[in-house]
Amino acid sequence: MKLFLKYIKPYVYYYILGPIFMLVEVAGEIILPWLLSKIINVGAANHDVGYITRIGLVMVLVAVCMAVGGVLGAWFAANAAMNFGADLRMDLFEKIQKFSFNNIDKFSTGSLITRLTNDITQIQNMIMQTLRACLRSPGILIGAITMAFVISPSLAIVFIIVVPVLVISIIIIMKKAFPRFKALQNSIDCLNSCVQEGLVNIRLIKSFVRKDYEEKRFDEHNKDLFDKNIHAMNIMIKYQPVMTLALNATTVAVVWFGGNMIIGGKMQVGDLTAFINYIVQIMGSLTMLSIVFLNWARAVASFRRVREVLEEEIDLTDDNALYKERKVEDGNISFKNVSFRYYKNSEENVLSNISFDVKAGQTLAIIGPTGSGKTTLVSLISRLYDVDAGEVCVDGVNVKEYSLDNLRNGIGMVLQKNTLFSGDIYENLRWGNENADEKTIAQAAADAQADKFIRGFREGYNTQLGQGGSNVSGGQKQRLCIARALLKHPKILILDDSTSAVDTATEKYIRDVLYGKYSDMTKIIIAQRITSVMEADEILVMDNGCVKGFGTHEELLKTCPLYKEIFDIQISKEVG
Amino acid sequence: MPPMGGVTGAMKGTGGSMGKKKERPKNTKNTIIRLFSYMKETKLQLAGALCCVLASTVSTLAASYMLRPVINNYIIGFNENGGIKSLAMALVVMASVYLLGVLATYFQAKLMLKVSQRAMFSLRRDLFVHMQKLPVSFFDMNSKGDLMSRYTNDVDVVGEMLNSTAVQLFSGIMTLVGTFAMMIYTNIWLSLITFVMAPVIIYSGRFLVSRSRKYYAAQQKSLGALNGCIEETISGQRVVKVFCHEKQAVEDFKKYNYDLKDKQIKAQFFGGIMGPVVGNLGQVNYSLTAMIGGILCVLKGFDIGGLTIFVTYARQFSRPINEITMQMNTIFSALAGAERVFDICDMEVEDVTGDIPDNVKGEIVMDDVTFGYRKDTPVLKHISLVAKKGQKIAFVGSTGAGKTTITNLLTRFYEIWDGGITLDGRDIRTLNMEELRKNIALVLQDTHLFTGTVMENIRYGRLDASDEEVIAAAKTANADYFIRHLSEGYDTVLEGDGSNLSQGQRQLLNIARAALSKAPVLIMDEATSSVDTITERQIQDGMDRLMSDRTTFVIAHRLSTIRNADAIMVLENGEIIEWGTHEQLLAMKGRYYELYTGKAELD
Repeated sequence: MKLFLKYIKPYVYYYILGPIFMLVEVAGEIILPWLLSKIINVGAANHDVGYITRIGLVMVLVAVCMAVGGVLGAWFAANAAMNFGADLRMDLFEKIQKFSFNNIDKFSTGSLITRLTNDITQIQNMIMQTLRACLRSPGILIGAITMAFVISPSLAIVFIIVVPVLVISIIIIMKKAFPRFKALQNSIDCLNSCVQEGLVNIRLIKSFVRKDYEEKRFDEHNKDLFDKNIHAMNIMIKYQPVMTLALNATTVAVVWFGGNMIIGGKMQVGDLTAFINYIVQIMGSLTMLSIVFLNWARAVASFRRVREVLEEEIDLTDDNALYKERKVEDGNISFKNVSFRYYKNSEENVLSNISFDVKAGQTLAIIGPTGSGKTTLVSLISRLYDVDAGEVCVDGVNVKEYSLDNLRNGIGMVLQKNTLFSGDIYENLRWGNENADEKTIAQAAADAQADKFIRGFREGYNTQLGQGGSNVSGGQKQRLCIARALLKHPKILILDDSTSAVDTATEKYIRDVLYGKYSDMTKIIIAQRITSVMEADEILVMDNGCVKGFGTHEELLKTCPLYKEIFDIQISKEVG
Repeated sequence: MPPMGGVTGAMKGTGGSMGKKKERPKNTKNTIIRLFSYMKETKLQLAGALCCVLASTVSTLAASYMLRPVINNYIIGFNENGGIKSLAMALVVMASVYLLGVLATYFQAKLMLKVSQRAMFSLRRDLFVHMQKLPVSFFDMNSKGDLMSRYTNDVDVVGEMLNSTAVQLFSGIMTLVGTFAMMIYTNIWLSLITFVMAPVIIYSGRFLVSRSRKYYAAQQKSLGALNGCIEETISGQRVVKVFCHEKQAVEDFKKYNYDLKDKQIKAQFFGGIMGPVVGNLGQVNYSLTAMIGGILCVLKGFDIGGLTIFVTYARQFSRPINEITMQMNTIFSALAGAERVFDICDMEVEDVTGDIPDNVKGEIVMDDVTFGYRKDTPVLKHISLVAKKGQKIAFVGSTGAGKTTITNLLTRFYEIWDGGITLDGRDIRTLNMEELRKNIALVLQDTHLFTGTVMENIRYGRLDASDEEVIAAAKTANADYFIRHLSEGYDTVLEGDGSNLSQGQRQLLNIARAALSKAPVLIMDEATSSVDTITERQIQDGMDRLMSDRTTFVIAHRLSTIRNADAIMVLENGEIIEWGTHEQLLAMKGRYYELYTGKAELD
């Protein structure tokens, strides 16, 4: 809970004023019946019209005050809750921005999104409701009981009996309901995933003609949901009758005992009227309280999920970096006995004992089967993950000693699964360099062989890209991503299978530009096609996280059987 | 066949109706009638529930009224009216009426629960069953999230309305009318205050609702923008990090976040003051009633018991108004939700009827086929080919050349515009659609698995296959080895779309599934794209066995996998520009030769 106090602090007066104004309402609720009893006991009994009018006007005034109090209370509650939510969301988002790749992998993208949206909304609603109810319900409860005792202590004993009985039965109902609601939620999830599978697999279902089978599956889940719903709600529908029953029983008891007291001259009629009013209020506040409790149960789950993210330890920081001011100057890379695994408890390394050097301006190509660790290897250079053993150095300095910004700004990386963002092409390319002018951008795009097709769009560089770049083809997207990376003018450029959808001729142009114009840039190219790697200064062949070969194309053909095999499958057969 | 088939027509309709998403229902009357039809099954329960509502409302009003004689006759006028015994009697009657009311409330809830849950059950079922019958084009055109939300949000809000809103509305109106009646009966002059106050309360309630609706819409819009920003940034988080774009991302987010906050405060405030304003206007009414009532007691001899119950009525009066106003919102969104569900249920289904082919050999002929997804933009133009039983036909060509479209046409996921496709010499449009599909096994690039064991997932290919047959199929696809290394072997439960398997492994399971099927026609659409070159070679034997006695259509990115095809079709811009065997095509020195020798690459 401590974690969340900081979101209350700046707005603490909202948290104080909100409930205080709510108290105005509470006070009114308590005073009104009492004033009413005055009208009956004093005014009507003494036939004093002036008195009745005076008290009546006071009552109207109280009611108006209550309205004002309620409105102001709502205002402060809304402010408190929404500020809390907005600030919390801000922090959550900033925290996620600090996440390492490892942290992101741990929470799925979907779950992070839900936490930022649904969970926070849930919390906001909860706070608002709590602020409006937290003093109100107990206040009315206490006030009404107190007044009841003031009017007639002996009659108020009825409450002493009824309220605990009621509270206990509410608790019993809630306790019983809770596991049933959990089972219900589970059942809802099952049905949803069944429907979801039905939607994504529609081609399969149709081609195998499994309509009936799917319907049977759905029916089972649907029936289960129906049963669980009935099961859970059967408990909840007892709630209202129990409350009403208690209310009614109390009323009858009060009328009976109160009636006897009036008959015996120990009480006045107006007091009885007030008493009955207080009963209604007590029951109302108890209902309100139990609703708040029920919602809290849900909000607590949201709090927990948000806290998980906020408390997640960021396992990769530059706090202890030695040379925070240092920038990547040349682009030499060296791996020294590097081993790495994604899950610290897994036995097998994803990369084991990797060593090699790349000099500034050279081109290194990496090739190997899927899952051999190529992408992992290049991720270590930008320190997207930390090595488990050995060290990765850039310009002779361990990557851990750079500040993350300086390191990553020195490295241009085009990821395998790349993303463009909604906005126009200019905006997207400016990710590489915020201050780039239109000419520079066009130049970088031309180098990535993207300028031509961009100009082919009706709105050229101002063309809006859909979310994730959905309105450009795969090959166009890859070229835009390369242009974006080139705009950074990095010392090291990493292309992770980023020309797979570009045709060979265009790819060749891109490579020519990289070798020519960007000759002082160190280039690392991961590729599937052997033709894309053949010309590199050095080729690294990987399999199962190990280096299987390192050298030029000619050398590897002689020394590395795996390289030769890949070459054979892809090329030599064509010739033969 | 006219250029615009029935399916295409239905598709257009889909797109149109789904484009506008309004919270206001469009055809309220029909929707309501249709919703009622979902309660037909439980109409007795529904009638019972309504009777219960009536009983509980009447008894609540009656019990409140009974206080009047109790106070007047037995407490104030104690001595004239039979003493303590009659007071006790009166209270017993009152308690019984109360009890009746409570029982009625309980049974009403119980009955309505059955009614609403039953209706939701049927609604969900109808939706699912109907969706299964819709053409593939429907699923291609609508986002999964949108369709999912019909099962969840829309059905839920309908259920909520059926469960509580309808009853509350009914009881609210009953209470309102009943309270009015009782007030007039008790004291007509005192009722005038409430008559004056009621429009004020109702009007201010309505004013606040419309106000809050306006701000609420602004809040939703802002929330949508924020969610879009969140989704995009978090999904692209890796790129954000690689470009050190975190600060910028936070700045962007801040803008959306605080904009939302401002809108939210307004929306929640106006939503939140509804209760206090309407409720406390009720208190004003209560106070005025108490004052005037007190004066009437003095001047006109109005009885104290009457005053007591009258102020109780005046107090209760605002509650049903409050409730009804609040429920109106739920009702509107529930009707809109129901309409969205019915929209789908009304969509035109695939016409599956037709002749049932028997002893299918698997000979497929495409004759001058032209097709496109959108009117006026054909994707395939004048495609003709013959695939004899057991032959392997391969398609190569760049993305967008129309390779996958051919599979969509063979399975009749989409209907062709022009030309004809025959299976064993019979036009596939004359065949029963389901029977046609039973004769085609499909292996797709997007590999999705079902929640269930590995065994169940493979058995999807043929439901009556024995365990041995499943394992044999897995061996054919070279999947047996990795399956045995899973924690529970074939009984390993795959969850969340088989996320614990690699893409390549999932493709192998898909191939196993097709291997199990006995369909004489096999379509492999990039079926091994995520399997690496070496593994692909290992499964080659199995694949050859799989294809040996079936007519096979292969779409592949990697040319090495299709060398031994009986015919290779090179597609470009929807047309077959070259065709022949591997050797013939190489000899032609055309596009295929360029592709194969690496002079050109596929996009």
